[in-house]
Order: sequence, then C-alpha cells, then structure tokens
Amino acid sequence: MRPRASTVGTAAAAALVLALLPFTLSGYHQALAAQVAVFFVAILGLNVLTGYTGQISIGHGAFMAIGGYTTAVLSRDHHMSLVLTMVVAFAVCFLCGLLVGLPALRLSGVYLALATFALAVSVPQIPLKFSKYLGGSGGVQSAKTVGHLWLYGTSWTVAAILFVLASLILRGRTGRAFRAIRDSEVAATSSGVELSVYKTLAFGVSAAFAGVAGSLFVMGTNGFAQPSEFGILLSLQILVGAAVAGLGSLSGVLAGAAFVGLLPTISSDVPVIGSTHGQDVVFGALVIAVMLLLPTGVAGLVPRLRRLRARA
Amino acid sequence: MPPLLELQDVSARYGQVQALYGVSLAVDEGEIVAVLGANGAGKTTTLRAVSGTVRRDGAIRFAGKPLGRSGPEAVARLGIAHVPEGRGTFSELSVWENLRLGGYTRRESLKDDFVRVLEYFPWLEERRHQQAGTLSGGEQQMLALARAFMQRPRLLLLDEPSLGLAPLLVTEIFRIIKDLNEMTGLTVLVVEQNAHIALQLAKTAYVLEVGRVALSGASSELQEHESVRRSYLGY
Amino acid sequence: MVELARRRPLQAGRLPGSPVGLLIAAGCVFLLVGSLVSTIFAQQTVAGLATGAVYSSLALALVLIYRATEVINFAQGEMAMASVYVAYQLIHWGFSYWEAFFTTLGFALVLGILIQLALIRPVQQKSVIAVVIVTVGLFILIDGVVDWIWGASIKFMPGPFGNKIYHVGAVSIARQDIGTLAVTLGSVALLWVLFQYTKLGLAMRAAALRPASARLVGVRVNSMLALGWGFAAVLGAVAGLMAEPAEFVLQPTLMQPILLYAFAAAVLGGLESPVGAVVGGLAIGVFLNLVGQYVHLITSELRPPFAFAVLLAVLLVKPTGLFGRRRVRKV
Repeated sequence: MRPRASTVGTAAAAALVLALLPFTLSGYHQALAAQVAVFFVAILGLNVLTGYTGQISIGHGAFMAIGGYTTAVLSRDHHMSLVLTMVVAFAVCFLCGLLVGLPALRLSGVYLALATFALAVSVPQIPLKFSKYLGGSGGVQSAKTVGHLWLYGTSWTVAAILFVLASLILRGRTGRAFRAIRDSEVAATSSGVELSVYKTLAFGVSAAFAGVAGSLFVMGTNGFAQPSEFGILLSLQILVGAAVAGLGSLSGVLAGAAFVGLLPTISSDVPVIGSTHGQDVVFGALVIAVMLLLPTGVAGLVPRLRRLRARA
Repeated sequence: MPPLLELQDVSARYGQVQALYGVSLAVDEGEIVAVLGANGAGKTTTLRAVSGTVRRDGAIRFAGKPLGRSGPEAVARLGIAHVPEGRGTFSELSVWENLRLGGYTRRESLKDDFVRVLEYFPWLEERRHQQAGTLSGGEQQMLALARAFMQRPRLLLLDEPSLGLAPLLVTEIFRIIKDLNEMTGLTVLVVEQNAHIALQLAKTAYVLEVGRVALSGASSELQEHESVRRSYLGY
Repeated sequence: MVELARRRPLQAGRLPGSPVGLLIAAGCVFLLVGSLVSTIFAQQTVAGLATGAVYSSLALALVLIYRATEVINFAQGEMAMASVYVAYQLIHWGFSYWEAFFTTLGFALVLGILIQLALIRPVQQKSVIAVVIVTVGLFILIDGVVDWIWGASIKFMPGPFGNKIYHVGAVSIARQDIGTLAVTLGSVALLWVLFQYTKLGLAMRAAALRPASARLVGVRVNSMLALGWGFAAVLGAVAGLMAEPAEFVLQPTLMQPILLYAFAAAVLGGLESPVGAVVGGLAIGVFLNLVGQYVHLITSELRPPFAFAVLLAVLLVKPTGLFGRRRVRKV
C-alpha cells in the first residue's frame, strides 16, 4: 500500500513545523516539546503491540525504565555517548520484549493486561534491591547532561526515524500479519500466519520503542534515572495516550502524545481549583471527556472527516 | 375482533443490510400461525421485530395498541414471550433458576405455574439443580417452552423449535405446543424451516422470500400450492 | 412420553478443578499445623487473614464488574478511598462510627450507580479500551477531587474495634482483626445471599451472563448493570473502611497498594469467579504475612513485586487463574 499523497503531505508539513518550532520557544518549552516526543515514541510502540496485534499491555513503563537505566548506567560507568546508549537501549529492550512476549503467548486479553501491569509495578523496584549497581532510590546519574535545544532536536529526530520505521514495518507483510492476528487469531493461523513468531516480534518491537523513549526521558530529566519516575502511572499515561491517539492507526499518535505530554502541565494553571489539585481534576475530566466523545481516538476521527469531505 | 398481533409494512435492517422489506401479517387471538421460508428469508428477523430486539420501521400493534420503540424488556411485560434461535437458555444457571427467570415479569407467586409446568414436563422436577447448559438439545427446547410458559404470555413467539432435534422429539414438542394452545388459548407465532410439520400445526401460514411475504393463507391451501410443495415440502 | 437421554445431574455452579481443590486443602492443613506449632505463625496467619479479607472485598468488587461488563475498573480503589473520606467527614460532623459506616455504604451505592449511568454506559457499546481509559481518567479525577476538598495531609479517624487483644492459649489475637474479618466476610456473605436467593440477585446474574436472553424475559439489563456497579462500590467502601480499622491514618494514597493486591487476588482467583476472588485475597494476605515473617529477603518494598511474581507464576501454569474456566479455542 503506497502512502496517500495527503498523508505524505501532512507528514512533511508536520516535520517542517517541528523543525522550525524550537526557534520560537523558550528553553522550558523546548524541554516540554521534547517530552511530547518521548510519549510519541512510547505510544508508537504501544500502538504496534495493542493496536495492531491486539495484545494489551499496561506495562510499557517497565520497558521505559529498562531503557532509561541502560542509558544512565552506560553513561555513568562507561561514558558512552548518549546517542549510542539509545541504540543499545533499543537492542536491550527488543530482547526484553521478546523474553516477555514468549510467556505472554499463553495469556490473553485481560489476563495479559494484568500480567503486564504486574510487570510495571515490579520492574521499578529492581533498582531498589540491587542498589549497589543501580543506585537504589537515589537513582543513577549519567555522566553528561544536555541542553534544551539538543534535547529537542535529538528527541524529534529519533521520533521521526522511528515513525518511519514503524510505518515501514506496518506497511509490509509483517503489518498485514499483525492486523490479521488482531482481527482473528483463528483466521490468521488458518491463513498460515505463525502466531507465536509475530506476536513475540510485536512485543519485541514495541518494547524496543519504549526503551528508546525511556532513554530520551532520562536525558530529559537531567540524565537522572530513578525508580519513582517509572511507576505505574507512566504505563497508564502511555495507555491513555494510545487510546486518545486511536489504536490501530498511526495518524493520531501526535495528538495522543500531545494530550498526555502537555495537558497535565497546562492544566496545573487552571484558576478555580488551585494549582496541583486542579491538574488532576482537569486532566482526569478531560480524559473521560475525550473517551466519551471520541471512543476510537483521534485516529477514528480521521476517516470520519474524510467521509464528510467526500460527501460534500 | 382485531387481531392480537398485527404487522403493517414492517422493514428492518442489520446495519447496512436490509432484512425485511415491508412485511405485513396478522395473528388472531388463540390462533397458531406459521412463518415459513428458506434460510435468510427474514423469518427470525420478523420475530425480532416484534420483540423489539432489532430496530424496525413500520407499525406493529399488539392487542390493538402500537408497540412503538419498546425494547424487549417492555415487550415481555406486555405479555409476549419470545423463544429465540438458540433457545435463550441461561446455560450457567440451573433448570430451576431458568424457570424462575421465565416468571420474572410476574408479580404474584409462581407456585401454581411451577405445578402446571411440571404437569407438562415432569422430568424437570428431578433435574431442578442441573446446570441448564448440560441438558440435551431436546431437553433445552422443552425447558425453553417451560420458561416461556412461566411468563403466562398471551402471545408466544417461537423461533425454529425443531432445529437440531430428532424427528420423534420434534413431534413431541409440536404436540405440546398444540396442547398449550388448545388448553390455555395461548396464541402462537412459530417460525419454522420444517414446513411439513409447521403446516400441520398452524391453521394459517405466511411464506417469506428474501424479506417479503410471498404467499399467505390457510395451511390446507398452502399445502396444495404448487411452489410451496416444490420448494418447501419436497414433492 | 419419549424417553429423554439420562444424564447425571450436576450441581449448578462450578467446582474448582481437583488439583486446585487439593492445593487449597493442602494450604489449609499447612496453616492449621503451623498455627498449632508456632504462636508467631498463628498470629501472622490471623493477621494475614484480616488484611486478606480486605483484599478479598475489593477483589470481589473488581470481579463483579468484570463479570457483568468485561471491564477492569481501575478506579475501584479510588472510589473506595473517596467513600472513606466521606465517612471521615461524617464522623467529623458528629456521626457515630457505625452511623457513618452505613451512611457511607449508601453513598457508595449511589456513587457506583451514578458512575455507571453517566460515564460507563455511554461508552460501553463502543470500545472496551475506551471504558478502561474512562476508569483511568476517573482514578485521576477522584484523586484530584479528594485532594481539593480535603487536602493531602494525613487525617486521623477513630476505629470501631478498639485495641483489645484476646489471648487464646499463647496466641494473641487483636480484636481489630476479628472485627475486620467479621465485617468484610459478613458483607461478602450478605451479598452472596442476595445473589443466590433473591429475585433481584437472579436477575443481576442473568443480566451479567446472558444480557440478550435476560431482556427477553423482561429483565431491565441496563438497570441491573448500574446496580452491579453500585454493589461493587459498596464492597469497595467496606474494604476501605476496614483497611486500617484502628487509629485510622487516612491519606489519598490509602487504597493504592490495596488495589494492587486486589488485582492480584482477582486474577489469581480467575477474574470471573467470585469464590476465587475471596480465596485469592485471603491467600495473598496470609502468604505475604508469612513470607514477610520468615523470608528475610523479602523486605516491605519487595512485597508488591513478590506478590506479582507469584501471580505471574500461577498464570503461567493456569492462564485463567485458579478458579477460572479455560476457554477452549480450536485452531
């Protein structure tokens, strides 16, 4: 399937905007935008797993943690360049994803979701136990910290690369296999799709993306990786972002990432309800509202708009 | 006397697919009426339109009053019992609980109804705690009838009661339906693929083809009708 | 009359597969023997049962909702927490403990029903993920609202059972623990009676199991679902109120660890089995206490991941939980 002209056009326009944007923003906002990129990559990964093969995961925070700690530890102990640590994080998390994906084959639906939830709760505790190497609750500090502009540039470049990668994977034979699995595992098997191979592969890819997101995340928090950053809330945020984006399609990922990346910070400025409290009330209410109005996410809106345009 | 059930120009759709195109039929009180037709002709949809399980256009009147947009819960309260395809058995619940659910809409005590039901189906007594899903096909069909009976309906909608049953059982079940009709005046609208036995049971019948009424009339006449004989009776 | 095929009558309801039944029996024997041998063992077991009962109650709430609507309600714990704050407020205004307790249960019932009607019903048909996300949003929202109304500072709430300790032989048993067990298991039992023996309970079960068939016999399925959410909220409130029944230390994060264990209990028991949820909760409570006592490797921070590690292990062996039914899928 070749990409539609309008899709390529939209992507190009978005790329242009993103390229020019940082020059209009303050350092603080650049960092914020970089955070959106983090969620962009993580949501992309989760979408591949949940949106395309139907395996629900509430545990991607765990993979982000692994990726983030990989970066921090490699930087601290081996003074590795940050970009290289990202590549390593990608590979490490890919393997972790495969390792998780294998037993995950036995679980389905809700049970899988809750098992990944268990993962999300457990993994961040590991650094607490092995505090000698992994810093305990004090965390691990990378050797190098980065400036806002560098962060923005790297984050969005990586996001763009991974977006293209995801599109390529999902476009070809692999993508078709994924979609077949999501729609009906029984039918997919009858058509010769090796379930175990593709499902595990999806986990691997998805985890790899989350790992890179974790790396970027740590870079964005002054190179500091600590357990409290990677709690269950993070996994839930990624899931919410993916749902807002719309599962099963890549068109809404930016919207989903912006929603989860920006809104909590913006909503803390809500006047009536007061600062920190207002944040939760507004964000929670917005999440509910978005799901009530757009249950299939932003991506679900796109075909609806297209149909409207076609009819007009 | 107006008919107990009247359908006028009823159409129904499943999403984009139209299943009924302006079906009209009438069932008099105390009558047994059969709806015949091939697979996909719209027989099941007709019953679903009456019980409110599917959205439809057109007018449906029960005891003179329009059914409007009532859903199945409300229709059941009006005195219409629908035994659907698949019998609607609560497989995970016991035989007794299935019967109790049949009497859900009734406010009074169900004791007398249990007695009456056991008269027709005495074997239910010893199976009362058995999980309904473990009953055989024939037993489940009888349980479905018993359950509908507990409702003390004025109108019984039956969807393919003979489906999947051995001929002896089919005869048995139709005998029970006839009994119920004669003893209690229960009005029955039965959808059947087994035209032969349906035409023996019902006085009037409608033949549906591709969502429309192709033929209707007294069973005795239809039995002699050329196309009915060829398509549905096999000779 | 035609001879119908004879079949061996089966009791309605499921018996756990024999290996699981044996496992549980073995566990009970182990606990009994251990308690007779060591007083510390006995004390930890009783205390574990009490905390376990709290997990059971919340787990049961989760299972109720899952059975009826195939949804995991992430906000169950926070709904319970909000209910506890309401109780706190009532006591502050002069209600006695038990007056506040029962009023709070009423509040929880209404809260559960309203949430189902306003937030869940509109999305239920469209997408399961959407409903789950709504519950996540609700989690966050309730946190915010509670924080806004009462603030995050710690509050103290009197408990109903006092600090008395009973002595059975050499074993010390706290009155609180007995009280907790009595109230939680009592609530569960009451609910069980409601479901098994009343017309309403039968209608609710029917609505959860076969909504289409239930409609045909006149059950208002949508109302039953709302009521189900109401009862689940009540169970959650009971769990919350019993979470720390003496010198209650109240803060917004109260229910979060309990929710974690409740999830584990619900899944351990098999998400569609109420019995499983109760057994699972008690088992986790006792297990964690004993492990905490005797296995020094597992410090308090490691409790949740340890519980989940065990859960994962169980799932690998029995993917649908201890009491869950295997869905056979032939490919």
